[in-house]
Amino acid sequence: MRYLKAAIVSLLTVLLIWGLNRPWGSAPALGRLLSPFVGFWQNADPSTGSEDEISLVGTKAPVTVLIDDMAVPHVFAQNDYDVYFAQGYLTARDRLWQMEFQTHAAAGRLSEIVGERALPLDRFNREIGMLYGAEKALEAMMKDDTSKLIVEAYTAGVNAWIKSLKPAQYPIEYKLLGYSPEPWSALKCALLLKAMTSTLASGADDLQMSNVRQLLGSAVTNDLFPDYPDHKDPIIPPGTKWDFKPIPTPKQPDSVAVDNGLAMNWPGSNPAIGSNNWAVGAQKSATGYPILANDPHLTLSLPSIWYQIQLVSPTMNACGVSLPGSPGVIIGFNKDIAWGVTNVGADVLDFYKIKFRDAKKQEYLHGGVWKPVRRRLEMIKVKGLPDVIDTVYYTHHGPIVNQGGQKGFRANIPSGYAARWIAHEPTNELHCYYILNRAKKYDEYVQALAYYGAPAQNFIFADVNKEIAISPNGKFPLKWKEQGKYLLDGTNPAHDWQGWIPPAQNPRVRNPARGFVSSANQFSTDPTYPYYINWQFAPAERGIRINQRLAAMNNVTSDSMRQLQNDLYNLRAAMVLPKLLPAIADSKLKGDHVKALAMLKSWDYENDTSSIGATIFTEWNRQLSEAIWKDELDRGDSVLTRLPSFDRTLRLIERDPQSHWFDNVKTKTIETLPDIATTSFMATCDTLAKMHGPIGASWAWGKHKATSIRHLVPGLDAFSALNVQIGGGSGIVNATTERTGPSWRMVVELGPTPKAYGVYPGGQSGNPGSPNYQNMIETWRQGQLKELVYLQSVQDKNSRLKRKITLK
Amino acid sequence: MIQILVIAILSLIAQLVLPWWSLAIVTFVVCFWRSSSALTAFVYSFLGIAIVWLGYSLWVYGQTDGVFIMRISQLVFKANNAVLPFVGTTILGGLAGGLAGLSGYFVRQVTGNQSMSHTA
Repeated sequence: MRYLKAAIVSLLTVLLIWGLNRPWGSAPALGRLLSPFVGFWQNADPSTGSEDEISLVGTKAPVTVLIDDMAVPHVFAQNDYDVYFAQGYLTARDRLWQMEFQTHAAAGRLSEIVGERALPLDRFNREIGMLYGAEKALEAMMKDDTSKLIVEAYTAGVNAWIKSLKPAQYPIEYKLLGYSPEPWSALKCALLLKAMTSTLASGADDLQMSNVRQLLGSAVTNDLFPDYPDHKDPIIPPGTKWDFKPIPTPKQPDSVAVDNGLAMNWPGSNPAIGSNNWAVGAQKSATGYPILANDPHLTLSLPSIWYQIQLVSPTMNACGVSLPGSPGVIIGFNKDIAWGVTNVGADVLDFYKIKFRDAKKQEYLHGGVWKPVRRRLEMIKVKGLPDVIDTVYYTHHGPIVNQGGQKGFRANIPSGYAARWIAHEPTNELHCYYILNRAKKYDEYVQALAYYGAPAQNFIFADVNKEIAISPNGKFPLKWKEQGKYLLDGTNPAHDWQGWIPPAQNPRVRNPARGFVSSANQFSTDPTYPYYINWQFAPAERGIRINQRLAAMNNVTSDSMRQLQNDLYNLRAAMVLPKLLPAIADSKLKGDHVKALAMLKSWDYENDTSSIGATIFTEWNRQLSEAIWKDELDRGDSVLTRLPSFDRTLRLIERDPQSHWFDNVKTKTIETLPDIATTSFMATCDTLAKMHGPIGASWAWGKHKATSIRHLVPGLDAFSALNVQIGGGSGIVNATTERTGPSWRMVVELGPTPKAYGVYPGGQSGNPGSPNYQNMIETWRQGQLKELVYLQSVQDKNSRLKRKITLK
Repeated sequence: MIQILVIAILSLIAQLVLPWWSLAIVTFVVCFWRSSSALTAFVYSFLGIAIVWLGYSLWVYGQTDGVFIMRISQLVFKANNAVLPFVGTTILGGLAGGLAGLSGYFVRQVTGNQSMSHTA
């Protein structure tokens, strides 16, 4: 009996300890997690202390780091190697988990951490060639002495931090997901940049457009999906002279149609991901020097996308934001210049139909010759399961992309499409930022831009010499008009990308007469630009609104720039509602429909949090577009198509109210614009009533939109900021939607000593246990900015400096 | 009662350098060495560990603003209650320690010199 008791209790104890020391499914090891010695308690960060001396192996000379009240490090190094080493070290100190998670995701390695459920995503990233692209970028980086130094220093800095960590100090996410950090590498820096290209330059609707053309024919397709919009205001002001002699562009081949045998579900570009930037010249500013503003819109997430830093070495004094995982300052300023970026929606991803010789897929036809297919084996480790090996077939165009994750999908398709993607080019963006961070004048800005590849950006510039400029810049393939609007023929060499637009001939404008430059992802140029970049760009409303406001402004201050960043005017509504509202047949409305219409009629077009008009308009605009186009164009999941743009719909409403497109072909009666407007309006009200109850405060835009800033791990609500009450929306200058928005807002006043302001929706620390995890969200929500501490030397006194760290 | 203090001190030192479950070894050994009954073995072990875990977590809490403890409460206990992480932590540590201490007592009963256990 005594033996039995001893055995049972001992066994129970061992079982309990064992059970508490291992994860169960997605639940973490509870014993380890709750132990105050190693668990989550260790992540509670008091953020105190004022002086630290950290002994590190790796710097060439002591580095002084001053940390301000927003936890922004100001790095003073005695050489360039040390400045990037310190950047790597400090960024890892605040953001290690995020840096590793994002690069694991880019490399198709999430299954290692979370298991089988990430496998489809991992396959997708492997097949689109993220790792392949990063390897090529790494080669380019390492060939260049400058970028090699930067990347190696940064990597050594990150690894110095990782080496100093004990498991108890691992970021909380490692403890929750049950894994450990691995050493950082230069490849991860490359992967991070590829992840940005994937976010900003991987949307494609070539297949959908090809399907539309098959359904409707070329003439109708060209009419519904024109190559230049009706309502526009291109980035390079029309009338700007092109001061170069264009090189010949390829001729459009006679036969371009490719039949689309493959139903491929490719994500389209996200129209809510865009950005604003502008710079006003000295003649328009109250300071007598240019003022520059930038707010990049991305999917808002925690830990924050950006990391503020000031980097000072004998060759530079740059300040602004960096991307955790990439050395240098990406958006910012130095003593002489300021710069910022917004995305260029260039068509830099095309699909080629490949003809294989046989099922073995060893050769493919190109230009009448059978060429060898290269195989690349992608080994995907899966937590708790055997490794998965994915064979990816490479042609000279690029990898064959099939829909990842669907078992047996590949076997059903004798031939797939190859993806030709800018991310596979050996480009070296780091060198561009290296020069920009140190640039003193316009020429150096131009010199920096020539190094830049992808994702193409509208680089805006202002300097202390009172110059302003903007350039839609990146590596642009030299194309015939509409090349890549539809799927391409992989057997025909005339369909290949045939070289590049010379970097010196990328669109650019310097000190235009109107006294300002700006971009909001709209068309780069008017049709006089001699090269083809894309047939569609982001809708022009933000750009039009910004230009209207800037044109009207004088004596601009940093505060008027801040207010413009927070502009809530819904230009789209202002353009279309005066045409639509009179079309509604009032007699058919009753009850809440009447109330809703009255509210919409009295709406001031401001997308503020309390606006009910904004809620009704946004939902109605969507439903109206579907009501007009879906009956003709929607073919379900088997034949993916897309609907015409808002711009084209608006043209139809403005200029062609009798159009047959308004008729719903699925009914016997002939509908007209008033019918469609009325029924879609009533349906909109019913949809909203179902979501929010009877019309009233619950329909308010802020509540309806309920902006959320989510942690990178899906479902981790406790570490997210949910239901953030902020105005704005898609197509609004303050482009805050449900999940996307201004991920950083910056305003820089150039001058003898630059003065800059900025904020992002999060905080410098990636640790949910730190007071600096989301301390800037409220400032951001209110549309306020914080002055950025910009030090001239390590001796500078500033009351906002809180801590000093010495690395040696 | 001395066992509670011994367990608290020894487990504190052990956990500073060894994995968290070293607390179980401490209570096992202490109760093997000295415990008068199954009940006291369990209770003393439970309390010895619980004091350390609760004390340490309260100290951490005192250093910070408590927002994080709330987030953990939401995440682990699905409730907005800052007390739960403390209760959970204390009970879990105490249970692991208590059960190991109980094992120590019972194992002593079948293997060791029993007179020792009655002198306490």
